Amino acid sequence: MMELFIPAILTIITAATPLLFAALGELVTEKSGVLNLGIEGMMVIGAITGFVTVHLTGSATLAILASLLAGAIMSSIFAVLVLKLHASQVPTGLALTIFGIGLSALIGQSMIGVAYQGLPVISIPVLSSIPVLGELLFKHDILVFMSIVMVGAVMWFLYRTRYGLILRAVGDSHEAAHAMGYPVIKIRFLATLFGGAMSGVGGAYLSLAYSPLWVEQMTAGRGWIALALVVFATWRPGRVLLGAYLFGGITILQLHAQALGIGVPSQVMSMLPYLATIIVLVIISSDRSRIKLNSPASLGKSFHPSR
Amino acid sequence: MLPDMIKRQTPSKMMVYLSPVLALCLTLLAGIFLFLIMGVSPLDALHAFFIEPVSSLYGLSELGVKATPLVLIGVALSLGFRAGVWNIGAEGQLIIGGLCGGAVALYFYQKTGFYIIPLILLAGIAGGMLWAAIVAFLRTQFNANEILTSLMLSYVAGLLLNLMVHGPLKDPEGFNFPESRMLSDSAILPTLFEATRFHIGALIALLVVAVGRVLIAKTLLGYQIKVMGDAPDAGEHAGFSRSRIIWITLLMSGGVAGLAGIIEVSGPIGQLLPSISPGYGFTAIIVAYVGRLHPLGVLFAALLLALTYLGGEEAQMILNLPVAVTGVFQGLLLFFLLASDVLIHYRLQFKKRLTVETVVKS
Amino acid sequence: MNSTSTYLLELQGMRKAFPGVLATDNVDLKIKPGEVHALLGENGAGKSTLVKMIYGILKADAGSIYFNGKPVEINSPAQARELGIAMVFQHFSLFDSLSVVENISLGMDHACSMDELANQITELSNRYGLPLDPQRHVYTLSVGERQRIEIIRCLLQKPKLLVMDEPTSVLTPQEVDKLFITLKRLAEEGLAILYISHKLNEIKALCRNATVLRHGKKIDTVEVDEESTQTLAAMMMGRELKEFKHPRKSEPGEIRLSVNDPHIPAADKTGISLQILNLTVRAGEVVGISGVAGNGQDELLAALNGEKRSSRADSIIIEGRAVGRMGPNERRLSGLASVPEKRLGHGAVPDMDLVENAFLTSFTRLRLIRYGLIDREKTVEFAKKIIRNFSVKTPGSDVPASSLSGGNLQKFIIGRELMQNPEILIVSQPTWGVDAGAALTIRQELRELAAEGAAVLVISQDLDELLEISDRIGAICGGRLSRFYPTSSITTEQVGMLMAGVCLEEGMPHVA
Repeated sequence: MMELFIPAILTIITAATPLLFAALGELVTEKSGVLNLGIEGMMVIGAITGFVTVHLTGSATLAILASLLAGAIMSSIFAVLVLKLHASQVPTGLALTIFGIGLSALIGQSMIGVAYQGLPVISIPVLSSIPVLGELLFKHDILVFMSIVMVGAVMWFLYRTRYGLILRAVGDSHEAAHAMGYPVIKIRFLATLFGGAMSGVGGAYLSLAYSPLWVEQMTAGRGWIALALVVFATWRPGRVLLGAYLFGGITILQLHAQALGIGVPSQVMSMLPYLATIIVLVIISSDRSRIKLNSPASLGKSFHPSR
Repeated sequence: MLPDMIKRQTPSKMMVYLSPVLALCLTLLAGIFLFLIMGVSPLDALHAFFIEPVSSLYGLSELGVKATPLVLIGVALSLGFRAGVWNIGAEGQLIIGGLCGGAVALYFYQKTGFYIIPLILLAGIAGGMLWAAIVAFLRTQFNANEILTSLMLSYVAGLLLNLMVHGPLKDPEGFNFPESRMLSDSAILPTLFEATRFHIGALIALLVVAVGRVLIAKTLLGYQIKVMGDAPDAGEHAGFSRSRIIWITLLMSGGVAGLAGIIEVSGPIGQLLPSISPGYGFTAIIVAYVGRLHPLGVLFAALLLALTYLGGEEAQMILNLPVAVTGVFQGLLLFFLLASDVLIHYRLQFKKRLTVETVVKS
Repeated sequence: MNSTSTYLLELQGMRKAFPGVLATDNVDLKIKPGEVHALLGENGAGKSTLVKMIYGILKADAGSIYFNGKPVEINSPAQARELGIAMVFQHFSLFDSLSVVENISLGMDHACSMDELANQITELSNRYGLPLDPQRHVYTLSVGERQRIEIIRCLLQKPKLLVMDEPTSVLTPQEVDKLFITLKRLAEEGLAILYISHKLNEIKALCRNATVLRHGKKIDTVEVDEESTQTLAAMMMGRELKEFKHPRKSEPGEIRLSVNDPHIPAADKTGISLQILNLTVRAGEVVGISGVAGNGQDELLAALNGEKRSSRADSIIIEGRAVGRMGPNERRLSGLASVPEKRLGHGAVPDMDLVENAFLTSFTRLRLIRYGLIDREKTVEFAKKIIRNFSVKTPGSDVPASSLSGGNLQKFIIGRELMQNPEILIVSQPTWGVDAGAALTIRQELRELAAEGAAVLVISQDLDELLEISDRIGAICGGRLSRFYPTSSITTEQVGMLMAGVCLEEGMPHVA
């Protein structure tokens, strides 16, 4: 039983981690009032950047840093268009996704078929030797640990620090924040960069750990699922964790079901994460009051400082 | 030094039309830069991309073939975008349209008759509408964001098509390849010119442009769409129903996307394959924007973006460039367009050089 | 200027121009510590611009500011607060989703712990009679409570000068009295208050000196006690405004609109549900509904004009027709026209031109659709007629609605409804943000419409306006309508009680 159970949980963790990174990043971006629909594009760029970097330098650390930077650069294009040039957020996010998918395919042309052994696993001394739990909780690659740390860090930042309070205030009412003298554009820019960096890392996790190789469009809609996760979580970091692991579970469930040869066509099983996203969205969104009270009030609205 | 942005008192009508031109120029500049990085002569590359494909009659006809689905979906999406209904899952509606129409065509495999083509076109429309109706239903009943649901359904549609060509619709004599039979001649759209693939679907696309133009400019429905996109509360004040507009725009765009799908299947492709579109549904989003969400503009924008598809193929053959360059170009074009659009509402003012007076003041 | 000046704040030659307008021109102002100084002027006279320069939101084109006798340059609100200047805005800078203490913390330049801050808030609120719970979320608070947040936020900074921009426009008369007690107490403790208003009786009640602005220019600074409201009004307007004439009809006619409890639940938890609504409006009369903002005015308008439908057809009867379940267009065809409070985005579409905006509510009644297509020619004609008849100042009918000033757009919207000869007109906030001249025109149009036999219902937060134009008056509070009383037999205080949900009759149960 355990022999089956532990690997299953471990794969759920690996499937959840990229979603967790991307959704946490987007949560912070959205909390500041910016809706960046370009997660898919930033993730896929993060994936290829990480993969190319590890291939060129052999350093996983450098690869992670490079993907972080690449995601941030991608989001800065979005931020300039939306925050400085007042472009509308929805089409700009779509453009980011289209551009990211194209550019990653271009960069990745020579990377197809190249293999990487995956991120090294870190075993935390002593704790990792606890039976069962040690295996489940304390023997992972660095990014899994980081993703959990980031959940705590984002919670602490948003609800315990003054900067977090200011960021939430900007997302609630940019006019009021501006009237109080807070630099709305700058705060949103930084929040957008953070979202991009996190998406980049989330993408890198796919190409460095989840399935360590490069395939065109390997994000396969995870960026969009991450967006749905933020709604599912009603903009709360703790629930993003829950949601990411839930979706990780669904992804793995369908993989295992396929492997076990259950008499359902593989395509139907592959639909599960997408269908689950729709179902979850429907359940959460139908409570309009809850969405209205939890979503940042100025989400997606363009800010033009009045004279 | 960066120029200042000064808000115009009224939006510039000229910039509405100039902005796409400016965006195209900037995209070409970025393209030159990109080709230099890739170690390709920009002149050769641009020639391969933009001139070569349209330097023969056959090339022009192929441009029409590629532009047809883009025009169709572009017009339909622009109606929705104007109403603030973000159907970005046209790709899925296209696939389901192709699948439904294709299935009907395969059902009538051994029949002949004038009624077959209209019937499969209708089946395609119905399929696309059905797929979009799910989105409309979830949006109006459960407030579920149409961006995410329509996109998720695109992935589902792709898998569904894949499933069907691996299973029920697989060619029984096809050596187990995941493809359907070739459609019979009576289910294939007639071509307009000998030895080309230019088919009557292009005429349907032109018809849709004309209908779209009248609808948006002259009818009450078009007016309602514009009001709902600009100021939904004013729309409610006038007695227009938000959910009705959501339903109508989604059904229209879904139906037209489905039509585009079946036109692809019974036109240039001629059978069902695991993939029947190189992302027309997504490219049409760019088409709609570059075309200023205006049916006539969409027509031109579709030709331009169709050219990037042809150019991508051409560049691959001549210069061995990856096809992915097309996607980069399309993304860049939309970026530059969105950036250029700032000039519709703002004008740029370059800061005056620092004079003694201003220095003393600061 | 020597540093022993007795003035706390002194402005000299303040000037600020915006593209096309000179908002303030060479304005001087002096305030002593402990003085309540009025800044008086019509909408658009330049009051807001002036105080925004004092508070560092706008940068003056010319002029100098002295604080405690020293020349200062105020480039940001933070700098203003550093000096000891605090400001309560007309439109609150509050964050609905955050708690009171978080809101106040955001307004403080020096962060301190939330618990400590909460204690300070409780202490101040007790001391100055401004009850407020630090942990409540703002979206659950009334407008009056929200204003208290702003005031306490200011007081926490121990300011020397408090600027208040039209603070009473959102309060009931009773709340205004309480506020004035607090302000007078603060002034006695040495706080200087710059009080911006166009309400003369308030200025008479509260202020020692008044500086009057008109068209961006300073007219005079006067001692309030030596002026009458008439002389102040004359200074403010620059001309004697014609006294408003009531062409009152002797007897109201038949019932045109009758409302019988159309229970309409709130759209979401932040909305107001309409519970007890009983009302009749007769031909020839103007009925006024007063109330503090956010008590269900928007919901009431939507219930009456059909934007929100009732489940019972006979809950709303227009001209004898039960229309409770009908939408806006069917109600319009029955003769009901309406003008919502929010002009841009509700009454008009900002980016559409005036022709398209003329079409918005008139296409059914004026039959502007022929063979399924919009009759553009006829619509243009209609739009031009509105512009002409209601003297809407605009370069043409093809400019977007958003390019019109508030007053002109309001004239256009009201004109659009009046030109359709409605039997019933419902107007919300007819003169909000409209200059005095246009406001007078609009009020006269409404009276005239009633005189011609229409039923007119006015929903307004401006009590003075309602007392001036209505025949009968009532109030809405928490989604419930009070009874209605003849305007001639009710006092301001009594309307204030209605606005607070208190029932006037003895022995009657508390309605609200």
